[in-house]
Parts: sequence; structure tokens; C-alpha cells
Amino acid sequence: MWCCVLKPTSNAVSESFSSRGLSRWKKRFLLVGIVLSLLAGISWATSPRPKLLRAPESISSHFDLAIQSVAHQVDEVINTDILSHDMSTAKVADWRAITRRISLALIGNGLSLEEIRVLEQMPEERRTIWWTEYLLKDRRSYDYLAERWTRATVGTNQGPFLIFRRRKYVDWIADHFEKGTPYDVIVRDLLEAKGSWTDAPQVNFLTATMDDADNKKPDAIRLAGRTSRAFLAQRIDCLQCHQDYLGKINFADTLEATIDSEPNRIGEQADFHQLAAFFSGARLNNPFVGLHNSKPDYRITYLNDEEESRVQPTVPYLRELLPEHGDARHRLAVWVTHPENKAFARATVNRTWAVLFGRPMVVPIDSIPLSGPFPPGLEILSEDFTRNGYNLKRLIRTIICTKAFQRDSRIERETENEAIEKEHENHWAVFPLTQLRPEQVAASIHQACRMKAIDESSSIISKLELFSAVNDFTKAYGDRGDDEFIQQSVTIPQRLLVMNGSYVSKRIENNPVMNVSTHIAQLASDDKVAVETAYLSTLNRLPTGAELNAFCDRLHGTKRNARSQAMSSIFWALINSTEFQWNH
Amino acid sequence: MESLDATVKRTEEFAFGCDSWRNFNRRRFLHGGAMATGGMLSQGLLTRIAERLSIASETETGDTMRARSLIILWMQGGPSQLETFDPHPGSKIGGETKAIETSVAGLQIASMLPRTAEIMHRATLVRSMVSKEGDHERATYNMKTGWRPDPTLIHPAIGAVICHQTKDNIEIPRHVSILSGQWPSRGGYMGNVLDAFKTGDPKDPLPNLKSYTDPKVFEHRLNDLRNVVEAEFSRGRLRELDKDRTLHESSTMRATTMMASEQIKAFDIALESSSVIDSFGNNAFGRGCLAAIRLIEQGVRCVEVELSGWDSHVENYSLQSGRCAILDAALHSLIQQLEERGLLDKTIVMCGGEFGRTPKINVADGRDHWPTGFSTLLAGGPFRAGHVHGQTTHDLIESGKDPLTGVHEAVRIEDLHATLLHSFGVDFSQELQTPIGRPLKLSAGKIVESLLRT
Repeated sequence: MWCCVLKPTSNAVSESFSSRGLSRWKKRFLLVGIVLSLLAGISWATSPRPKLLRAPESISSHFDLAIQSVAHQVDEVINTDILSHDMSTAKVADWRAITRRISLALIGNGLSLEEIRVLEQMPEERRTIWWTEYLLKDRRSYDYLAERWTRATVGTNQGPFLIFRRRKYVDWIADHFEKGTPYDVIVRDLLEAKGSWTDAPQVNFLTATMDDADNKKPDAIRLAGRTSRAFLAQRIDCLQCHQDYLGKINFADTLEATIDSEPNRIGEQADFHQLAAFFSGARLNNPFVGLHNSKPDYRITYLNDEEESRVQPTVPYLRELLPEHGDARHRLAVWVTHPENKAFARATVNRTWAVLFGRPMVVPIDSIPLSGPFPPGLEILSEDFTRNGYNLKRLIRTIICTKAFQRDSRIERETENEAIEKEHENHWAVFPLTQLRPEQVAASIHQACRMKAIDESSSIISKLELFSAVNDFTKAYGDRGDDEFIQQSVTIPQRLLVMNGSYVSKRIENNPVMNVSTHIAQLASDDKVAVETAYLSTLNRLPTGAELNAFCDRLHGTKRNARSQAMSSIFWALINSTEFQWNH
Repeated sequence: MESLDATVKRTEEFAFGCDSWRNFNRRRFLHGGAMATGGMLSQGLLTRIAERLSIASETETGDTMRARSLIILWMQGGPSQLETFDPHPGSKIGGETKAIETSVAGLQIASMLPRTAEIMHRATLVRSMVSKEGDHERATYNMKTGWRPDPTLIHPAIGAVICHQTKDNIEIPRHVSILSGQWPSRGGYMGNVLDAFKTGDPKDPLPNLKSYTDPKVFEHRLNDLRNVVEAEFSRGRLRELDKDRTLHESSTMRATTMMASEQIKAFDIALESSSVIDSFGNNAFGRGCLAAIRLIEQGVRCVEVELSGWDSHVENYSLQSGRCAILDAALHSLIQQLEERGLLDKTIVMCGGEFGRTPKINVADGRDHWPTGFSTLLAGGPFRAGHVHGQTTHDLIESGKDPLTGVHEAVRIEDLHATLLHSFGVDFSQELQTPIGRPLKLSAGKIVESLLRT
């Protein structure tokens, strides 16, 4: 019996062989399968997707006539204002400067050499509009714009652990921007959000304000502040503690009162808390159910009162627009986005203008007086935005179409003593000079040092490289946080990072595989072409005669590594310039 | 009321003395390197003499009680007052922590800080700090700026305010953050020029301070940047483009000044003896504290050194013990070295975190966030020596009852800031015009006179 157990029969042997053979073949198939999968994965990750830039004819290079008409109206009022201040205006900027501004605003970096070459192939007068339309079809634009809007609506704080998903929130906004969802619908969704913060990402607008220590309900006070600032450009936060002693917050209770531009009354403490009371019914009792509505219950002890008051939700102005019935947050959402509540459109126009120009029409960005006075052009754009279904893409096209956007950022004068004054920028007689945001600096450096555009058609690896590089650089450079439109100047650590940091050095060193500086050094037909290409790749413009001469001298007579080193130095000087790190 | 733009520019003008862009050359760059090996002694001597003269000059013209520099030992995460400076052994809230006697008669602190106990006669201990912020980020903002977060305005950290209000002529940043974590001190509405200069472990070289090319190539690059590219860009723009708007060229100039400066050796603790380094614990935080002293010697106004990892929601005792071991050696040596070097009278040391931890121990043997009655240690400058302010109760606060009932002689964060600014001779009630058009005091608090020497 033991033998039988220890010594297999011939059948058993053949079975064993066949099963061993089968097992071996299975292993081989498995191995081949794994290798093939790996190869396919690597190929997929490294291969570019179909190029977006291949079919320029498929994209319109004309703006709608109605858009041109509105832009013309804006031009007229701005020009009248400039003339009344006895100022001269800058000429139209070079198309490369305008397309760089559009790129910085919509995707967060300058143009790649590849993109410039594509644009050069079409008639000059079509390039700006074509580029706008092209980027408005590019997902990069919506991802970047969504990030900017996220800062305005939920801030830059990390928010509470577990119940706040920033990435989901950004993606949700980007999806809606890309789909062209009317902006009032997006805002109503945010204000009325219910459910789980993962299934309904708009809920994160509310959960972002929740405190870890009391995670049962969003912070009604912070939500009131954010709602009034982000959606209505009303800074009423100081009313949280006291009435408006400075007389800067004026409210009109009726539509008629808003028309005659006379403030009815100054803001009171109750105005803020009555607005906050709309959010007091939001609750998060069960994480599986998510956020739901209960009866609003808001109490406060007002300054100089001894007893607590129960506060009923109501709005600080234009109360006739507030629906009488319905859920509190729904009533608030309808009121905020009501076409007669013009503060909503003005706030959106001011923010969109700021994203495109680097500075808002009204400073600070979230404080526009309800009864004016309004800067030239704001009312025209706001009314058009309202009339056309709060269409953000149309608003972007209209602003880009204005002469103000297309003006040069400098004025050529006959004598050196005649320089631009700050007032030229304040009246949009020249395009304003503004510092790039940290992520714009990072992405622009990365893009300037690569031959091809890093877009949706790029390989996953290229996109991941850009993503992680921008994150690391931004962390070292220092994010500005919520105050992204407050003008700042560059700091010493920021200069040291760009001058000496590995982020730049890796991208401009002698590297024939990755770096465009090496490609240019080794492949350009002559010194002039090399310098011109370096300028296009970094500053998105051609060099002046003096610049060309100076840098051709640096390249003259150099070969191989010495030439790559010389080109590396040219890239260093260009990337470290004010021109590269500022929007102009 | 001074406009903010004017004051920031004034601060910038005094921050750095010479126009080093023009003066930057290979000789100076190489000279900086040579000094690292050969000229250390004379350099160290000269800068110390300069610093002494500077301090002497301030003493002659101002109040002898006035502080000159601030070192913040920032305990990120929220150290437990019960495991550090306010133990309650044997009570319901005390946990496993034992108390030991200190150099101040009748004062006990946690047994995990035996060396700190030896220097308590140099310090003022506040056991009654209170705030309204229980979230790390918001509470850190509150403690570093003296203001609760305001969505319309970013307030400057206290180091930025002190730099803004004082004048210096040194070649390295006056506001430094060592081992800075997520939320280093910022310049806020005073401008990012007053942001803290962030560095890591002092045993490592300073980031980005050396050019990766040889000095000759670097010099050529700088010349091309200035003479070719910047010259072209400034044409047809604002008359004072750099001064009135970008500060780009002047920042490049200051950055190159710093690169070539002998003063950056203040960051290099390897120039100290090994016994001194070891006395600080020879860990990143200890080295940071030693670097802080060296920076203060060079004339830096505010240095923040961060020790993170105090957020003990789980296993509170062991976690706090580990952190205390690092803090203990460094804090003891910091006070001792400041005193030995004659700097303690002019330097304030503040040690604390954004909040404390709950009296109640949770089910995971941890303690949660507690902004009502936590401890902050202050030493040096005009602060009293061997003094304790405030106390907390032994009992658990009953549910629904105001936690403030357990705190005696509460000190609000804004009051601590007002007291600190006053210690530097800063008129904290002065109003600056902020970018949002609202005039704002430097601090909304009141001086806590009892913390100061009379």
C-alpha cells in the first residue's frame, strides 16, 4: 500500500506529466501575457494621443458678430474714459504676446514651440481667435479655470479630513465648465447641494467649512462670507461682529432703490447673520446619507444685547426677489442667481476679467459697491452675460475680443523721460503688468524647455511629469493662498530657486533626449535661428536686433558641448528675466 | 497713518545695504568660498563685533528692557500641556505623567522635561492660554499672527511685523523659518518680501544658495540677464519698473548678495564645537535651535524652529514623551547658550504650539484638541524670570459647561502678541492701511503687564 502511495502508476505518471506540461504551458502563457501587457502599458503610457493641433481648419477663427458688437461697446466706453484722462493708448500687441496671455489665463503656461509653429502657418489676423477657440476645446483650460474658481469658492485650506474631497470638487467644476453649463446653474447646485461629498462633489462647497471637532454641520458663518464674496462680490464679513461703522456697506431693499444709485441704509449686524441662517439647516448626521436639510435654527447674541436672538433667514438687499416658500438654501440660491440681482453677474465678470488680465476691474476682486460707480465696461459685460444665459465661454471670448485685452503692455515714446504711469494701467490704456502665479511660473518653465506641447494628447508620463513638477515647484516657490489677485513682488528665495534650483538646471542642461535647449543648440541651422528659436520657446517672441547680436556672439564659433552650454546659459538668462515671470 | 506700500519699501531698503548686483563679481564670489576655509576666525570675530556694536547702539538710543530678537520654538500639532508644562499627576485628567520639581520653588513640570526643569528660573510660564480655534491650520494662523483667520485678509506673522517695524543692515534674511512645515510664517498683507526664509536641517547646505555653474559662467549669465534681457524689457514701461512694481532685479541683486555673503555661515552649525552641538541633542530640531542662536548673533530678527508631531489623538503618553525628549535637550541648551553668549536679555524665546490637548483621555489613549487653557513658555528679553501665570483646574469640565471656567487668569492669543510687540518697543496700536482699504492695528490685544519685569 505504501508503494502504491509512493510510486505512481504509469497512468498517474502520464497524468502527472500532462498536468505538469499543462502547468508549464500555463506559466509560459502567463509570462508572455504579462510581458505583452507590460509592453502594451509602456507603449500606451509613452505614446502620444492623436494630436489636437492636427486639424486647424476644424476650429473657427471668427468670433460671433454679437460678441464683437459687445466688445466694441466695451472698447468705446473704455476709450472715452482714457480720452477724458488725456492719456495715450498702447498699440495692438504682437499676436504672440496676446496668445501668450490667453494661454497663461486658460491653461496656466505660455505657448510651446510646437504651438507657435502651428499658429505661424495661418494668416496673422486669424491667430488670436483661432487660439482662443482651440483652447476652449482643450480640457486643460477647464482644469485650470476650475482650480482658480475652487480657490474663490472653497479657499486653499486643506479642509476637514475625510469629508472634503478637493480633487472631486475641482473636477466637478471643470466638467461643468467644459460642458458649458450656465454659471447660474452651477452656483445654484453649489448652494443647494445635498448628499455625499463623493457622489455629489458640489457638496464639498459646504463640507469644506466643517470643523473636525464638530462635523455635524457646515459653518454657516463661513458659508455666508464665501457666498457673499465669491458670488456677489459683497464683503460683508465685518458685519458678523458689528454694524458698518465706516459706511462702506450699503444696501438697497428694492429694485427702484438700486436704480437711483442712492444707498438706502448702511449694513447692520443682522444682515450678515440673516444670510448665514440660510445655511443653518444643513446637517451631516449620517456619513452614508451625506448632507441633508433640516429646519434652520440659527441663534446669535447681537452686540450690546444681553439675550440670544433666534434669527430668521433673509437676504441683505432686494428682498422682493427672494422666493417666499421652499427650502431655505433653495430660496437663497434663486435669489443669488436672480437676473435682477446684478451683483451676481458683476462678480462673475470681475473675476473672469481678473483671470484674463491678471487683475480685476474692481479692486479688491470681491468688493463691488451695489450702487456703483462701476468701471467702464463692467455693466455692458454683466448685462450681456445675464442676457446670454450666464455663458462663461462667451464671456471669455468677449473679453479677449476687446481692445483693452489686445493692447501692448508698453507705449513707445519719443523721449526716455516719457514713461508709462500707473494710471495707464488703471484705465486699461496699456495691458497691465502682473506677476505670474507660482504654478504658472512652474508650468511655463517646464513647457519652455520641452519641444512639444504637453496637452491632452501627450503621453501619461509627460502629463504626470508636468503635474508632479508643478506641485513640487509651487510648494518651494510659495503659494499665495486665497489672495491670488493681490499684487505681490518677487522674493529672494523665489529668485534663488529659479537661479540656482534643480528645477531649472535639469531642464536647461545638456540633455539631447529631453531638453529643447540642447535640440536647438545642436540642430538649428545657424546662430540666428538658434537664438530666435530660444526666444520663441521661452518668451514667446522674437529677439530684438540688440538681443540677437548679443546672444549670437555667445554662440559664435561654439561646437557640440560648448554650444549646448552656451545655449543653456541663454535659456537661463531668458527664464530668469522679469519678462518670463510676469504677464505683460 | 503710514501707507503699507511705503513701509514695505522702507523695510526693503533697510534690509540690505549695498548694491551687490553691480558689485557682484567673481572675486567676491570666490572670496566667499575662500572664507569658508581660511578666514573663518576673523570673519566670525568681525560679525560678532558688528552685532555687539549694533546692540550697543540700540541700547544707547532706546529702552534697555527692549528685546531685539525673537526665537519661536514652534510645536506643530498641539503639545499636551498635561505632559509638558502643566501636569496634574494623580488627578482624573493627569494620565500617566509624573511631575518633577524645577529650579523655581513650588513649580513642577512634567518629568519628561528634566533638563528644562533646570532652567525654569529663567522663564515665564503661561498656563492659561486660550483661543477659539480648534483646527490645526486655523489655530496655527491664530497663534502665529495674533488674529483669527479672516477670509478677506492675510495677517502677517509676528516675525514679519517685527521686521517691518525695525531697521537692519544685514545681507541675509531677517525672518527665518527652520524645519518649516505646512504653514511657515508669512508676511501677509505686509507683502511676501517679509515671508520667512525657509530652510531645512542645518546639517545640510542651504537650498539654492550655490550656483550650479562655475563663477565665471554665472557672472556672464547675470550680465546677460541684466544688460541684454532686462534692459530690453524695461523700455517703454513704468519709469521705476523695478522699484515701483516688480522688485525683480533688486531681488536678484539681493539674492546674489546673499550667495556671496559671509553672513550665511550663521546657518552652518558645523562651525560650533561638537560638545555644543551634542548638548542640543544632535537632532534636526536641536541643530535648528543652535542655528537660531547663530542667526540672532548675526542680527536676524526672528527665527522660527519647528518641532512637529505633537498631534497625539492616539497613544498620547508615548508620543508626547518622544517629542519631549527632543525638546528638553534643545530648550535647555538654547537658554543656556543664549545666556552664556550674553544674548538672553535681548532675545525672547517663545515655546508653544497652536493649542493644547483635552483633559479627557479618549478611547485610543489619546488626547484631542484643546484651545482652552494650554501652556506657552517665554524666556528672555523683558519677560519675568521664574514666574508662573495662570492655572488650570484638576477636574474634567462637565459636558455643556464653558471650558473657560477651568482656566484662571486667561491670556488670549492677541494679548500675548500685544505683549510681545510691546517688548520690542513696537507701538502695536498704530494702524496701517491694509490692501482691502481697512485701517488695522498691528495687534488688537492688550499688554499682560504681569508677565513683564517692572
